Amino acid sequence: MIYEVVIGVEVHAQLRTKTKMFCGCSAAFGRSPNSQTCPVCLGLPGTLPVINRAAVEMAVRAGLALNCTIGANNQFDRKNYFYPDLPKGYQISQYESPICEHGWIEVAVGDGKKRVKIRRAHLEEDAGKNVHETGTSGSRVDLNRAGTPLLEIVTEPDMRSADEVVAYLKGLRDILMYLDVCDGNMDEGSFRCEPNLSLRPLGQKEFGTKVELKNINSFKFVKDAVEYEIKRQTKVLSEGGKIFQETRLWNLERGETAVMRSKEEAHDYRYFPDPDLVPLKLEKEWIEGFRGSVPELPAARVGRFVREYGLPEYDAGVLTVSKGIADYFEACVKLFNQPKTISNWVMGELTRELNLSGTDIAVSPVPPERLVDLLLLVEKETVSLKVAREIFPELYRSGKTPEQIVQEKGLTQVSDEGALDKIIDAMLAENPAQVAQLKEGKQQVLGFLVGQVMKASGGKANPGKVNELLKKKLG
Amino acid sequence: MSLHKLTLCELQRKFTAGEVTAKEIVRAYFLRIGQVEPKVKAYVTTQKEQAMIQAAAIDDSLKGWRKTQPMMAMPLAIKDNLCTEGVTTTCSSRMLQNFVPPYDATVIATLRAQGYLLLGKTNLDEFAMGSSTENSAFGPSRNPWNVQCVPGGSSGGSAAAVAADECAAALGSDTGGSIRQPAAFCGVVGLKPTYGRVSRYGLIAFASSLDQIGPITKDVADAAFLLGVIAGHDPMDSTSADVPVPDYTKALKKKDLKKLKVGVPAEFFAEGLDPEVEQAVRAAIEELKSLGGEIKEIQLPRTDAAVAVYYVIATAEASSNLARFDGVKFGLRGKDTKDLLELYTKTRQEGFGPEVKRRIMLGTYALSSGYYDAYYGKAQAVRTLIRQDFDEAFKEVDLIVTPVTPTPAFKLGEKSDDPLQMYLSDIFTISVNLAGLPAIALPCGFSKSGLPIGMQLIGRAFQEDTLLRAAHAYEQSTQWRAKKPAVR
Repeated sequence: MIYEVVIGVEVHAQLRTKTKMFCGCSAAFGRSPNSQTCPVCLGLPGTLPVINRAAVEMAVRAGLALNCTIGANNQFDRKNYFYPDLPKGYQISQYESPICEHGWIEVAVGDGKKRVKIRRAHLEEDAGKNVHETGTSGSRVDLNRAGTPLLEIVTEPDMRSADEVVAYLKGLRDILMYLDVCDGNMDEGSFRCEPNLSLRPLGQKEFGTKVELKNINSFKFVKDAVEYEIKRQTKVLSEGGKIFQETRLWNLERGETAVMRSKEEAHDYRYFPDPDLVPLKLEKEWIEGFRGSVPELPAARVGRFVREYGLPEYDAGVLTVSKGIADYFEACVKLFNQPKTISNWVMGELTRELNLSGTDIAVSPVPPERLVDLLLLVEKETVSLKVAREIFPELYRSGKTPEQIVQEKGLTQVSDEGALDKIIDAMLAENPAQVAQLKEGKQQVLGFLVGQVMKASGGKANPGKVNELLKKKLG
Repeated sequence: MSLHKLTLCELQRKFTAGEVTAKEIVRAYFLRIGQVEPKVKAYVTTQKEQAMIQAAAIDDSLKGWRKTQPMMAMPLAIKDNLCTEGVTTTCSSRMLQNFVPPYDATVIATLRAQGYLLLGKTNLDEFAMGSSTENSAFGPSRNPWNVQCVPGGSSGGSAAAVAADECAAALGSDTGGSIRQPAAFCGVVGLKPTYGRVSRYGLIAFASSLDQIGPITKDVADAAFLLGVIAGHDPMDSTSADVPVPDYTKALKKKDLKKLKVGVPAEFFAEGLDPEVEQAVRAAIEELKSLGGEIKEIQLPRTDAAVAVYYVIATAEASSNLARFDGVKFGLRGKDTKDLLELYTKTRQEGFGPEVKRRIMLGTYALSSGYYDAYYGKAQAVRTLIRQDFDEAFKEVDLIVTPVTPTPAFKLGEKSDDPLQMYLSDIFTISVNLAGLPAIALPCGFSKSGLPIGMQLIGRAFQEDTLLRAAHAYEQSTQWRAKKPAVR
């Protein structure tokens, strides 16, 4: 039997607001436990929530970018369950009326494109964290994260492979990062994804039984977990077994998924409208006002890079993979109008160094101005392209200016005819055979001779000048 | 002249004029509390030392240049479900027996900023769930008119404290009648403001869509004065209304009901209404007429559904509001528990009394998957109809007059074994909360056995001024407030 895989994805994206969803506490990550709490986010008796306007704005901007309809009437609901990291015993979420509905994004799959439909995206507050430290009795609760705003984005079951899931997640993350509504950090949990997956015999309309996957914090693990789960379910089904509706955790060490809770153990969340919050009405003009402020999204930027800078499609694609890279590229072009040259450097030397040191381009030790300084040295023929490439790692690591490095190393290009004449003459004397060949008309030998001069000069000779002088001497 | 007998407004005038000091006020009230509190048991906590220190500070601050604030040195009793920074706030529950809030409710912050004096925190039915204070984990309060009777509830401690002159005025909270019913039982004035008129921030929630803080006072003028202090928009409470606060005291100047139409709903004078109560309220209606009010029969046809709707919605909200009492961060924690589930079950088993548990279970059931539509969904739909009944009625009349309770105060223990009978004692007050309207309870007579009888005036949303004007005109033309309980 051939099975078709059906996958939908839930993403919890933490919104980059300064303060929490329902109180004025800072939403920053990584501070000392419980240092960013107040009576409201601690859920102390008598306290009340107040909706964070910035979170609503971010949700609206994300919704518009995801081609969603924005709800005019927003109700917040209580999702009731007990857990120590949930101070009020309920989470404020949206159940009946999500702020965003019926959207889609287009993602690159193989050579083509695929539209993944967004069923809904709703606002909610995050829970805190339970901390289990070895060597201490009991568990601790850190409520710094409790109450930070999340946008939960749910797709239709539109994906058919692990690659499609990864392509969707990358596309979605790009958009959210482009909008600056989410920092996209998967390690810190600002972008958490939970694929749900079922199999059905090819051609069958009804969906099979769905399994939800959790504990996945990188694109690689998404791919691994989904592929593992496809294999597992295929095996169970082809052996005549049954898939149970359950939530499974990805176990990184073992490279497999394991049951976390079954359907029977699922909570009855007893959703009901939160009586502490009046329905949030969004006026059409207010919503539409954000349409203009939705920045250019990745797909549109690719097109513009090709059109405006004459870049190959490939370059445009690579440069727009993240907003940070594209912004860096454009900052360079503004200072030095040679797009293709800059593209080569950004995709090549710079990306290599960033990857080696695991640095985000936004905090690159070589900012756009400094990269352009280096390119201007090549342009002015102060150094050769080769030397420029060779000194880039030092430029990246030392924090020195290109001029400093070139001076310290004595790498300034030699263009002075007198100095070059001496080197050329010495070289010609050493290579009588090649000189003879050239005179016979073997033009390709010229390249060899230029190379010899360059070598003799320690790479500092201006190759254009050398070429010119050689031709004069031998021509 | 004993200071404790003065109304809030009288005391306020005396203090502003410099005729009494804050220290004298505190001394007078604690002298009174010492005399009657053993019989009344209105307070869960008293704050004698802190009040003395504060009074001394106030008196010092006024030496030389006397500049006072409206509530400065005014001795109040606060229902113990309102958070007071640094002062234990128990909700009369074992769960919060040692809970000291690190913050003030918005109404308390307002009072504190004006230099009020907190005499103590008053007793209530646990988490405001009840109509007699018998559900308090710390024992019931008594009715100052007859200590064998309940003071009503849930704000029974506040009403008893006002009636027994153990404070100049008090704050209570009203979810289904919890200000008005005890006010009627104790022969004082109780005002439940329009939902959203007073910030709920810092009021430990029972049912969020129904709860409202309000004054319990010795007369109508005091209610107007105190409401003016606590009313207004609060950015910390999304359900508080951004509606201007009128000068309620000024509204009392018209001492008649001329041009006011007063509705009398037939449904509120039906079977089960004690004849003495009916007689007193009917007589009051005659008085309203003689004061210039135009009396009209009206209909509120869904009144019979109100108790059922209320006990679905209020318990549903309560089941969620009380989830935070889990033993993790504050309040009681069950001891020697072996795992998380046991921590929860032990904490809640030991911390909550039987009525609270009953309501949590009712509410949990009403919200459960498969039952939601039949209970919670249906109740919300009927709530809308009840609201529409009032909307219709207020097209014809400006005020509605009804009894507050079917009977005068009942004996301790009389209804405590029959929750349904107890629930029915709120039958005349509940629909007002469901509709979010303002209503005032004020004395309109006494039973043969000497217990106070109250009448209720219900007004349009945010028209507390009209309500207070009519209540004041009635009060001034009658002598009920002159009678004081002997507290024996």
